[in-house]
Amino acid sequence: MFDYNFHWRPVLKNLPDLLGAGLLTLQVAVLAMVVGIVIGLALALIRMHMRGPLYWLATGWVELARNTPALFQLFFFGFGLGAFGLHLSPFAIVLCGLSFNCAGYLAENFRGGFQAVPETQLRAARSLGMTAWQAYTRIIIPQVFRIVYHPLTNQLVWAVLMSSLGMLVGFRELSGETQFFASRTFRIFEYFAATAVIYYVIVKIILLASRLLAARLFRY
Amino acid sequence: MIEIRGLEKYFGALQVLKGIDLDVAKGEVLSVIGASGSGKSTLLYCINGLEPIQKGSVIVDGTDVHAKGTDINKLRQKLGMVFQQWNSFPHLTALENVALAPKIVKGKSKAEARDIAEKQLRHVGLDDKLNVFPSALSGGQQQRLAIARALAMEPTYMLFDEATSALDPELVGEVLDTMRLLAEEGMTMICVTHEMGFARDVSDRVAYFHQGVMEEIGPPEQIFGNATSGHTRKFLANVR
Repeated sequence: MFDYNFHWRPVLKNLPDLLGAGLLTLQVAVLAMVVGIVIGLALALIRMHMRGPLYWLATGWVELARNTPALFQLFFFGFGLGAFGLHLSPFAIVLCGLSFNCAGYLAENFRGGFQAVPETQLRAARSLGMTAWQAYTRIIIPQVFRIVYHPLTNQLVWAVLMSSLGMLVGFRELSGETQFFASRTFRIFEYFAATAVIYYVIVKIILLASRLLAARLFRY
Repeated sequence: MIEIRGLEKYFGALQVLKGIDLDVAKGEVLSVIGASGSGKSTLLYCINGLEPIQKGSVIVDGTDVHAKGTDINKLRQKLGMVFQQWNSFPHLTALENVALAPKIVKGKSKAEARDIAEKQLRHVGLDDKLNVFPSALSGGQQQRLAIARALAMEPTYMLFDEATSALDPELVGEVLDTMRLLAEEGMTMICVTHEMGFARDVSDRVAYFHQGVMEEIGPPEQIFGNATSGHTRKFLANVR
């Protein structure tokens, strides 16, 4: 091990490609978060307010997303659907898999958030003549959003890191791209070390941006 | 005018209102007293439709609150409500707390809503707190904020649900003073309260509730001086 000679040149040469793949990683993670937030919010509301088939569907979703490996969820959208003749692009597989996973986790975050806002806030809003929609969008959800904001940031970081599983379904995001170059040049250690740094920087940027945004958004 | 006829309300199998008949005329200040669980707060919730009822009717200015087809959101604009747990909106400044409903419910312009909010905050003595968030206000100030918020909808009636019960003793006075001010201005008020001094001094009538029944109603002198019901006398003896 100690006579290993580092060769960084090929890494540097392909750095633009790696950075491009890093952007793809960020892109799929952010998209998965957006989809995850919308579906997660719906799942949380269904689980809190409804009974019957929709409730069981939402509960099943949350259970599967949270209690099975994310990799298997990706495989389901890749090889699973493939077995039924439905072939998604690698990007779509990862987007679906991550969205499915994020929605499940976020649903529970949102549920906790809703439960943390006193029910009397809704009554106060309705007593002023607001419709249920107005009360939710202007009074309840802004407060829930504040409560789940930091867990939401965590989930985005998690989505970025989890997207590396994409390389196992042929997606050339950051890890996939790294794997591709590493196996072509056999500079495996160098490539993955460089990629680890890129992941680190991406996550740090997300955390910084999240903190700056929070300072602007939350005045109280 | 608020007309309540044969009002019955159940929570599951538990009957909390057992046939209430009550009229409240415009300009009247009615205090509702009674032990916890006597149904007096529930009565308020039934008046503005926050709780459904099982029997009877509540008519506000000729509109049946609980009838199908009633535009309850429109009706509630007439019925300002102040809660025991003041329920200020923590993510909005004092000004925004008050201006929001006039803007989105009544469709006032931003400037109009701001004017209304400033006026009402001045009304309750919070004009130096316009841009402060509720977390920086005392309980008494938050409760006055809640009163201003309700007043901003220009209601005909104000319903107070134990507005001072959750306050530290030294903060009760400022909220009662605000309520007194409203009464003097001629606001129609139904005040569920444990403040017997307020009930006696400010009300036109006092109603005593006991286990879901309105045992007695009359001018304060009668209720406090010469109650006919044994329950009322016992209750008053205990709270004084």
